[in-house]
Amino acid sequence: MALLKLTSPHAHGTQNTANVMQLVLLATIPGLLALTAFFGWGSLINIVIAGIVAVGCEAAVMGLRKRPIMFYLGDYSALVTAVLLGLALPPLAPWWLILVGTSFAIVIAKNLYGGLGYNPFNPAMVGYVVLLISFPVQMTAWPAPLPLYPDGESFPGLWQSLQMVLPFLHAEGIDAFTAATPLDTFKHNTGFLVDQLYQKDPLYSRASLAGVGWEWVNLGFLAGGCFLLYRKVFTWHAPVAMLGALALCSTLFYDGGSSSSHGSPLLHLFSGATMLGAFFIVTDPVTSATSNRGRLIYGALIGILIFIIRSWGNYPDAIAFAVLLMNFAAPLIDNYTLPRTYGHKKSRRATEKKD
Amino acid sequence: MYDIIAQYPLSAALVALTGLSVVFGAVLGYAAIKFKVEGDPIVEQIDKLLPQTQCGQCGYPGCRPYAEAIANGDTINKCPPGGQTTINAIADLLDVEAPSLDEEHGEESDVKTVAYIREDECIGCTKCIQACPVDAILGAAKLMHTVIVSECTGCDLCVEPCPVDCIDMLPVAKGPGDWKWDMPATTEEQIKNLHSHDIIATDQNNNDNGKQDGGNAS
Amino acid sequence: MRKVWDLIGGVHPPENKHQSVQSCIGTLPLPEKLIIPLNQHIGAPPKLLVAEGDSVLKGQVLAEPNGMVSAGIHAPTSGIISEISAHSIPHPSGMAARCITLVPDGHDRWADIKGVENYREHSPEELLDVIRQAGIVGLGGGGFPTAVKLGTQQSISTLIINSSECEPYITADDMLIREHAKDIVEGIKILSFILGEPEEILIGIEDNKPEAYEALEPYLQDTNIELVEFTTRYPSGGEKQLIQILTGKEVPNGGLPADIGIVCQNIGTTYAVQRAIQQGEPLISRVTTVTGNACETNKNYLVLIGTPISHLLEHSGFDQSKCPRLIMGGPMMGFTLEDLNIPVIKTTNCILAPTGEELPTPPPAQPCIRCGMCAEACPASLLPQQLFWHAQSHNYEHLEAHNLFDCIECGACSYVCPSNIPLVQYYRAAKGEIRKLSLEKINSDRARERFEFQKTRKEKEEAGKAVKREARKKAAEQARAKKANNPSGNTETSPADDIIKAAMARAEAQKASPQEQRAKLERGIVRAESHLESVQKRLNTLEQDATEKQREQALAALEDAQLRLKDAQQKLADLTLPSDTNVSNTEKTVMEKSQASPREALEKKIATLKERIVITLKKIAEADDESLKTALQNGLEKQQTKLKDTEQQLAETPAQTNESTTTPETENAAAAAIARAQAKAADQASMSDEDKLKATVESLQNRLIKAQEKLASAESEGSEHIDAFRSGVEKLQAKLTAAEAQLAQETQ
Repeated sequence: MALLKLTSPHAHGTQNTANVMQLVLLATIPGLLALTAFFGWGSLINIVIAGIVAVGCEAAVMGLRKRPIMFYLGDYSALVTAVLLGLALPPLAPWWLILVGTSFAIVIAKNLYGGLGYNPFNPAMVGYVVLLISFPVQMTAWPAPLPLYPDGESFPGLWQSLQMVLPFLHAEGIDAFTAATPLDTFKHNTGFLVDQLYQKDPLYSRASLAGVGWEWVNLGFLAGGCFLLYRKVFTWHAPVAMLGALALCSTLFYDGGSSSSHGSPLLHLFSGATMLGAFFIVTDPVTSATSNRGRLIYGALIGILIFIIRSWGNYPDAIAFAVLLMNFAAPLIDNYTLPRTYGHKKSRRATEKKD
Repeated sequence: MYDIIAQYPLSAALVALTGLSVVFGAVLGYAAIKFKVEGDPIVEQIDKLLPQTQCGQCGYPGCRPYAEAIANGDTINKCPPGGQTTINAIADLLDVEAPSLDEEHGEESDVKTVAYIREDECIGCTKCIQACPVDAILGAAKLMHTVIVSECTGCDLCVEPCPVDCIDMLPVAKGPGDWKWDMPATTEEQIKNLHSHDIIATDQNNNDNGKQDGGNAS
Repeated sequence: MRKVWDLIGGVHPPENKHQSVQSCIGTLPLPEKLIIPLNQHIGAPPKLLVAEGDSVLKGQVLAEPNGMVSAGIHAPTSGIISEISAHSIPHPSGMAARCITLVPDGHDRWADIKGVENYREHSPEELLDVIRQAGIVGLGGGGFPTAVKLGTQQSISTLIINSSECEPYITADDMLIREHAKDIVEGIKILSFILGEPEEILIGIEDNKPEAYEALEPYLQDTNIELVEFTTRYPSGGEKQLIQILTGKEVPNGGLPADIGIVCQNIGTTYAVQRAIQQGEPLISRVTTVTGNACETNKNYLVLIGTPISHLLEHSGFDQSKCPRLIMGGPMMGFTLEDLNIPVIKTTNCILAPTGEELPTPPPAQPCIRCGMCAEACPASLLPQQLFWHAQSHNYEHLEAHNLFDCIECGACSYVCPSNIPLVQYYRAAKGEIRKLSLEKINSDRARERFEFQKTRKEKEEAGKAVKREARKKAAEQARAKKANNPSGNTETSPADDIIKAAMARAEAQKASPQEQRAKLERGIVRAESHLESVQKRLNTLEQDATEKQREQALAALEDAQLRLKDAQQKLADLTLPSDTNVSNTEKTVMEKSQASPREALEKKIATLKERIVITLKKIAEADDESLKTALQNGLEKQQTKLKDTEQQLAETPAQTNESTTTPETENAAAAAIARAQAKAADQASMSDEDKLKATVESLQNRLIKAQEKLASAESEGSEHIDAFRSGVEKLQAKLTAAEAQLAQETQ
């Protein structure tokens, strides 16, 4: 056998892209469990449908681009996009909503820009925003968390849920029991002090942090995120900066719990999609800033944007918009945040010309 | 004041606009003089991008005349020694679409050649010396000539005038010092290789030095 | 305990060092031949001192350092120099370079060598010279001549001895320390003495070599040498990285460690220095690790420089069928070898023969997801993912802004890359490309300078000539006028002076008649002719329906044009021929001349020269004044040489007249060549390969005919260059046959 001519290094670490993606998928499990426990089978069904659509779309696009299909499917990236979108969509959303969102994310937001690694915007968030703008009614219908159901009632079972999601399975007379989310409640709060609201609304009175069910979902994603941090899948910079900025903003504008308050820091940190965003969306390496310093800025600006949109914008939650807006800014941040190289006095700019 | 404006809205608008234009014109004019940037004239910039072989394959007697011609609107794809790289660079500079090389002026070659005089055959006619655009040939009448290899641009212009055909264009010898790694093969090529040979060639060594015997093609 | 800084980034691959430290450093029987590359270091190749067939003794100098940054090489054993030729050398390219092949005679006889008894009695310069003569270079892998590094002019406060040996598999330094700790410490003391006893001497060692640590420790009692242990992490052994770990300082960008008062030496080098100074032994062997699962025995050997790797592997039970790639150096920075006959050189610290399972061939690269693991691993704090991005798009400006050239190519980024992207290869290729471009830039700048210089020089020459000609013309006219006024010849200047001046002026006018001026006049003629033509045409059209007055005007214009043409022709004639030629002839001559081929022009020139010689001869006969006579004779001689030159030129001028007369001699050779080359290129562009070949054959045939004619004329004239012409013809014939053969093949 002829000896090969290869470039160094000849040794290689054990990490590969598929591993990384698998770890991310694994890390979503606590959050998914919490979602299922409090909101029913919907999220699980979302993920399964989105997963099938995403892999199908990815394979189709790779086929059209005449690329080796199995090689590219092997990186699990399509599945990650699908799972993240499935987690973000309201449980028990109709099947076509998932289909439209996922296929838009994979085909247009990801592959039309060149596929994995080349997309400037987070595909899952693009899919989410497209749905949110196009189908606001379906997108804002969140089922009520389990503790808020009347005594003795529970959320629909798996078969019922499937019938609701896929209406051609003859779903009649089954209707989801929807309720306002904690963030919705604050958005529409007029005249109640925060404390009053907390006592009045069972959504809060039965919770300890930030809304029944929601706090557990967020804690679940927080746990998953910590696991990924421990496994060094990403660095702490972006999520910590985002959560820090969000906490800071909400503290500054808490306003002592008056009726015009935008909610406590705890509410902002542990309701809505905050933790999912912080550890699974903001950390998407492809679309975020590259250097650690850049990621701090990127994360912090996302945190601030989230608070601004939540408080004064038209939408109750704002992760998707904030992330997409900062995706725009990532290259600019990169330009000014090169790290200081060994032996250099200060860092340079990416577009700096030679002397 | 307000009354006047209300009474003659048209004149007031005219006066305001004129005033503004005068003020801004003055500001701009001042800025144009004060912050004037002495840029390289475009000919200089183009000339800098050309390979300076002075070979005349473009039809102009040297690189600078061609640069001037480009500045005056000639096409930018007449330089075979510079090849596509130069064309792209000039297209970039002039902000135009990069055309491909005009083969009428010759073909791009990967192998850099230099002239070599077989000295025992040289009769010392000085014709090559006169033809050399960069004074890279040494010698005097009736004495043997030789090429200063480090100064030769490989332009080929000395081959034709030689009455005894003793000038060859030889590829520049390459040692380990000149060698460099090639860019790795793309993923698609790697997968292809994987299936065809069961090995992956991350490096495709291009040892094809070509069988260029520059002197014989005239 | 000393404060140790953390390595920035870095990785910790499996160490795999235990395999090769089981037994002590071994030796090998002499190989059949030793192949010693001339250039084993960074810097100028040394000057060869031996020739093929010489017999040499062990330690004898084979080549001496040539220039400041250079190192000599020595015979690793006694024997005969059998060959000095190109042989593949240990280099990532696998290319060949000059090597000395030494066939050992088996006696292993030493040349007369002697060490320095007490080095403290010598000056550092003397010791440096010993080190330089001993051919010692950095043995850690850099190969930079040690004497140069030690001879720094800056004052050194810290000497760092690098025994980090951070690459997996390699244990050469580890084993050397275990077995030669005493000599190594001695070597460090010598280095310290040479450097003027720096305040700090630190030995940096990774914490995975406790045996080496213990071996060194006893010898460091009562010295100021400090042994510093730090966490095992690749690439702590990089010079810049080790300095940062041990001192917290960073080597400034573009600078040397000496700039911050630090000198760093590999521990193997200190041993070599000790051998050279105290034993007088040049660097002819080194410790090399032979390891990897494709070898049965993994151990370290004391190997003679030049030993072929096949020899090492044979004695290690190497199984090539299990080994897809053979690596010189470690798994992180080593390079692959494609030839087993490549020799061990001074910087070869390891031969790694892994099996396919041990170091699997990398799978195809997946897209970069910019995960940033590479940036976390980079010891230089670069952004490898951005470098990769820009290298892929050949964006060299951005690459330099991202400090590509601060990359030490340690491979940590590629090691951690989850997408298996060969990042280091991208950086190497991009670096090579940038270096090539900047070299090309320098070359093209120089070419431009030379071209511009030539242009200005030629312009100056022309201008100078024109001024001189003007002056001469004036002088000649004045002289003539005086002569006319004073026919008795009783002038202030002697007649001889006059005649000479006139002759010189004529000669100058003939020789240096500015080509542009003539070209201008010729163009004037052409213009006048075309004008004349157009006037005539107008006249013809007017003929039918014009008034008398118009016709008259036209006729006047016609006449005017004719006059102008005549005038221009006259001027040209004046310019071309000396004034004493028959004026009535000039017009004709000029017409002939301007239309004649170069050959005809030359013939004409010869004729006129001959005429003038006859005239001069006559004048000599007539002259009675002695000074006039000698002057005339001088002139005659000049004319004769000129005649000869012209004849020679005629012989060289292609006999075949060009169809178009548009290539007069006024155009310079370069322009002509350009025109021809262009026409050729244009033709070729529109031709198929076969046509191209045909054209080549045709042109070769033409050239052959020309050359044969030249040869014939040269023979008839008995030219001294007959041989040259003849060989030219032969060569052309050979080329022609080759081209014809190719054509025949093509047409088949």
